[in-house]
Amino acid sequence: MSTDTMAVDSLELKPGVAGFLDDWGSDQRAFKGVPWGKAMMWIFLVSDTFIFGCFLASYMTVRMSTLEPWPIPSEVFALSFGGAPIPLILIAIMTFVLITSSGTMALAVNYGYRKNKWVTFWLLFATALLGATFVGMQVFEWSKLILEEGVRPWGNPMGAAQFGSVFFMVTGFHGFHVSIGVIFLFIFSYKVARGHLDDQTPGWFTKRGGNYEEIEVLGLYWHFVDLVWVFIFAFFYLW
Amino acid sequence: MDHAADGHEPVVREEEAIQHPLGVYFKIWILLFVLSAMSYAVDYYQVQGYLRWFLILMFMVLKAGLIIAVFMHMVWERLALVYFILVPPILLLTFVAIGSLEADWTFFQRGVHFLKELIIAAPVSPHH
Repeated sequence: MSTDTMAVDSLELKPGVAGFLDDWGSDQRAFKGVPWGKAMMWIFLVSDTFIFGCFLASYMTVRMSTLEPWPIPSEVFALSFGGAPIPLILIAIMTFVLITSSGTMALAVNYGYRKNKWVTFWLLFATALLGATFVGMQVFEWSKLILEEGVRPWGNPMGAAQFGSVFFMVTGFHGFHVSIGVIFLFIFSYKVARGHLDDQTPGWFTKRGGNYEEIEVLGLYWHFVDLVWVFIFAFFYLW
Repeated sequence: MDHAADGHEPVVREEEAIQHPLGVYFKIWILLFVLSAMSYAVDYYQVQGYLRWFLILMFMVLKAGLIIAVFMHMVWERLALVYFILVPPILLLTFVAIGSLEADWTFFQRGVHFLKELIIAAPVSPHH
């Protein structure tokens, strides 16, 4: 698409519902002014929403249909720091770590658009470290549950066997998303620091020129990971 | 289509920077902390029953809304993209409806066939 057509696009864009109908009925691309990578990331995230949505819906189904009492997450995930066990404290800390990382990510996107290379780098790097901290705490959580509490995907001493299967499936899939995100955050910290986005250096995989919009696309993924955690925290840990 | 090469990008970037002052992000960030603390407080102070479920869902929806709207820039997107993202997940409610119907039926059948005495001895627990 040429520069001229883009300019005409942005001039004629209508706001509101009329604009929505125009965009979708325009017999061209429907998402006007949305960069290619961002549209693709959103398509991926909508499909991912369905994956996590189906996980949570199946969790609801097995929890509603079991006759065994459901283990109480508040007690299962309690931790003691010398004194009486504090309910769910590990999960609360993980939640705060992830929200902190979401904030640094949002700021990284903003500073990326300001083309402030080093602030963007440090914010991305901090986000990656916080994400790695989250994964580390999850490793601790899993090993404690497996080794000390004897939770298995097929059973546990606290109650309904489905607790283990849901726990490992849902938090495992989420932790996998976080880990992938951490890897890409480190990759992009490197790219920002090396000036690849300023110089529009082609990426090794896609060969597309580097651009600070990529930080926003990465940010969408990272915020989505935080978003999924909001639902897991509410439905699995608090319910 | 490679939009990185079409020369239109700097204009978009400039607009973005102007549209999103940093203060908004810090306010949302603080709000997310407060909401998380409040949902943890629901568990910490052992609020139970319908009030617990109501509070959990309310804090969840507020947090999710803030993340999607501001951190994921949804309030600044055109409706063409917003509807594409927000409408399809509504279909998940269909799965939830089917799942809960099936779960109730399974629960009933298990009770009838395996644990008749459990149904007679104790009414449905609050976790169901």
